[in-house]
Amino acid sequence: MSTYDVHEGTVTTILIKGARILGGAPGDILLRDGVVAEIGDLSGAKAGQTIDADGLVALPGLVDLHTHLREPGREDAETVETGTQAAARGGYTAVHAMANTSPVADTAGVVEQVWRLGQEFGHCDVQPVGAVTSGLEGRQLAELGAMADSAARVRVFSDDGKCVSDAVLMRRALEYVKAFGGVVAQHAQEPRLTEGAQLNEGEVSARLGLTGWPAVAEEAIIARDCLLAAHVGSRLHVCHVSTAGSVEIIRWAKSKGWDVTAEVTPHHLLLTDSCAESSPLGPYNPIYKVNPPLRTADDVRALREALADGTIDCVATDHAPHPVEDKETEWAAAAMGMIGLETALSVVQEAMVETGLLDWAGVADRMSARPARIGRLAGHGRPIEAGAPGNVTLYDPSVRQPVDPSAMTSKSRNTPYEGLTLPGRVVATFLRGRPTVLEGKLV
Amino acid sequence: MSDARNQARAVLEGPDIHRALTRIAHEILERTRGAENIVLIGIPTRGATLAHRIAGRIAQFEEIKVPVGAIDVTMYRDDLRLRPARPLGRTELPQDGVDGRTVVLVDDVLYSGRTVRAALDALNDVGRPRAVQLATLVDRGHRELPIRADYVGKNLPTSKSEKVKVFLEETDGRDAVVLIKEDDR
Amino acid sequence: MKHHLISTGDLTRDDALLILDTAEELAQVSQRSIKKLPTLRGRTVVNLFFEDSTRTRISFEAAAKRLSADVINFSAKGSSVSKGESLKDTALTLEAMGADAVVIRHSASGAPHRLATWVRGSVINAGDGTHEHPTQALLDAFSIRRRLGRLEGLKIAIVGDVLHSRVARSNVLLLHTLGAEVTLVAPPTLLPVAVETWPCQVSYDLDAVLPKSDVVMMLRVQLERMNAAYFPSAREYSRRYGLDRDRFARLHDDAVVMHPGPMNRGMEISAEVADSPRSTIVEQVTNGVTVRMAVLYLLLGGSEPAIGGAE
Repeated sequence: MSTYDVHEGTVTTILIKGARILGGAPGDILLRDGVVAEIGDLSGAKAGQTIDADGLVALPGLVDLHTHLREPGREDAETVETGTQAAARGGYTAVHAMANTSPVADTAGVVEQVWRLGQEFGHCDVQPVGAVTSGLEGRQLAELGAMADSAARVRVFSDDGKCVSDAVLMRRALEYVKAFGGVVAQHAQEPRLTEGAQLNEGEVSARLGLTGWPAVAEEAIIARDCLLAAHVGSRLHVCHVSTAGSVEIIRWAKSKGWDVTAEVTPHHLLLTDSCAESSPLGPYNPIYKVNPPLRTADDVRALREALADGTIDCVATDHAPHPVEDKETEWAAAAMGMIGLETALSVVQEAMVETGLLDWAGVADRMSARPARIGRLAGHGRPIEAGAPGNVTLYDPSVRQPVDPSAMTSKSRNTPYEGLTLPGRVVATFLRGRPTVLEGKLV
Repeated sequence: MSDARNQARAVLEGPDIHRALTRIAHEILERTRGAENIVLIGIPTRGATLAHRIAGRIAQFEEIKVPVGAIDVTMYRDDLRLRPARPLGRTELPQDGVDGRTVVLVDDVLYSGRTVRAALDALNDVGRPRAVQLATLVDRGHRELPIRADYVGKNLPTSKSEKVKVFLEETDGRDAVVLIKEDDR
Repeated sequence: MKHHLISTGDLTRDDALLILDTAEELAQVSQRSIKKLPTLRGRTVVNLFFEDSTRTRISFEAAAKRLSADVINFSAKGSSVSKGESLKDTALTLEAMGADAVVIRHSASGAPHRLATWVRGSVINAGDGTHEHPTQALLDAFSIRRRLGRLEGLKIAIVGDVLHSRVARSNVLLLHTLGAEVTLVAPPTLLPVAVETWPCQVSYDLDAVLPKSDVVMMLRVQLERMNAAYFPSAREYSRRYGLDRDRFARLHDDAVVMHPGPMNRGMEISAEVADSPRSTIVEQVTNGVTVRMAVLYLLLGGSEPAIGGAE
């Protein structure tokens, strides 16, 4: 564990030499007392530690709106400690920990526990997400206000993993969180249309004989929720948008001026349902089983464009660790989800930067500024400028390397990118001026 | 393959084969007292063709219609696992079967004796012949089992490195027995 | 190396014809007094059945025994599997027992593919979820060819719950490969999305398809589908998609009727149609053993298999 005490900030001064802020011209960054002290040509500056960042891109510390840390309850898959270590190695300085733990994060007690664990380990900030309904059961609202008022200061509420499908309950939740500037992050999945669903409903699911998860089951809920949010004047966030149709609906809602935001996962930006049929890992490999499911190439194209034009606000990992035995099974028996914290930036570079859809400023906006704003995290997502919190990620976009699950920090190994060669590598991460990762390794 | 065929030495031509089969037919008539109660069973593919030819000659000489059939021995071979699974040949047994009859097995080339061993096992599963005899167009030696032919068209001394290939009009468009030297191929 | 039989989509036309031709030769064995061949002596075939299917299991068992293989029946019921053992652990157990082939029936689509990554022996799919049932399709093709002498150019209607039918999936792929023209007939609710990408025609109207068909293959309709609102009632289904006496009369004289069994008499097929001489339903059972012998021989009979999906 780190020897630094985050509450007091670091005593060290760190000079980052020659980093390209947002991919721009090389310059220096001085981190002092937890903040960015100065930027520019700082050749005369004195520092306890100097880091040569020649060729590296400096991004504001990444913020994940959607992480499953599994603690409490499934510490065999991930813990707050291992999950935040993985986050730091992925360039993140803050993650939102989803509520579907055991017990569910539906009380002030559970969210405070998770928040405190994050503070103790200090690899990155852990911002708990509160459940919308008690026990994620979709019957009555959890004590949203108590969670908002707790030490964890919860602002994002989600039953993620389950959809708040009851329209009345969803309306009430949207209305209620207005009192403390909260947002409901909806897992959009019409439950009746997706009973037993295994894979995107389409050509591949039909051939494989897997029960289809139709796009309409996502789109119908998003449409309803946008209308509800508009009706009650609330803020809505749509989790892991996966279809071209969803993009159209969100674009329409935004054009109306409604306060709707959306996220897309790295895997939905890169992979398609054809992975289930033909991949080097063999057909029906549940490493590709995820909810919402991988969709078609047309959907991937629409999602990339939507992220580029801002219809989709941000990238969120939906990092979902599962132990080996939950994936080494037949498809239908396997758990849904894939890990993503340590590969997110590389996948975004591959899908968005290499394709010319986003520049590094765009990446910083979609992976740091906007998610921080949606989550109301004041200390994150700020531009790298004098006076901003010292949250910085140094990234080397010039390397390409095969994804090696065994080299990952997450407790789980369920990455769908095994065997793929992806660009980029996080070299260093600084949380409030203190390194959590240096030379690609945990500090 | 055609190159190999061209370079190979024909040891029997059409007329030789004709004469050999005629002699075998006569010998069968002699040894079985006028082909009484016999059945000719060929081992596919060329053994079956030869069985039909022999039956034709017997009919010509004595006006006897000898039942002819074929028995595929693939499933009884002892070398199945040495090669990829292979397609089966046709098994066609005469209407009245083989029970109580003298079966004359017919094959084109007798070599190790393993095919004949397999044929004996196969026969055993389809009935109980009174006796089994063996006719072969060519006996090239190198037996690996205690098996010998009752009727031989031609004894052909060979070395193990050589191959004997039988061509028949019905399947190959010409009659010939050729000896292929391994280094010719 | 080709190794498994998991999907009929993995079979080339030559592969499929080799299986049918081999089965044609092996059909004689079923008629002799000694119905046994020594071919697979010393080989072990495991029947790994996670779903009850007595008829399929017995058919594979008879096929393996006629080829002299040792047969181990492993039924998931009452075994360690029902106590939560994973498919992978079961696979490793079979591997340790030296199984040369594993015949697997499983309720999860793709289970045979997964099994194939964990065992060295050949995997033969005996029905996986709503995916495929290749030996059923092979025996259907074999039965059709025996009755009608050919497959090329035949018009074959497959009628009923295509959505949930592994038999339909395997048959569409195989019969297309063998040159037949397949038409799927079902209410729209029982057809998969994207069925238009399959190598076949699709119709909602049985009466329009019947007079043009050389073969009518009726699929079993499971009664639980009715509760899931795929169609209003058994009676309505039967009226629109059942093969009754009147519809049967509209078939041309040489047309044959098939059913993979078990049948719901009076639902998708009437008793008199099922029992008519133009029904192949009984010979399908006999042919099942023969075709499975052919598959076992071609996969296990040599140093390497002669057919099947890529490794």
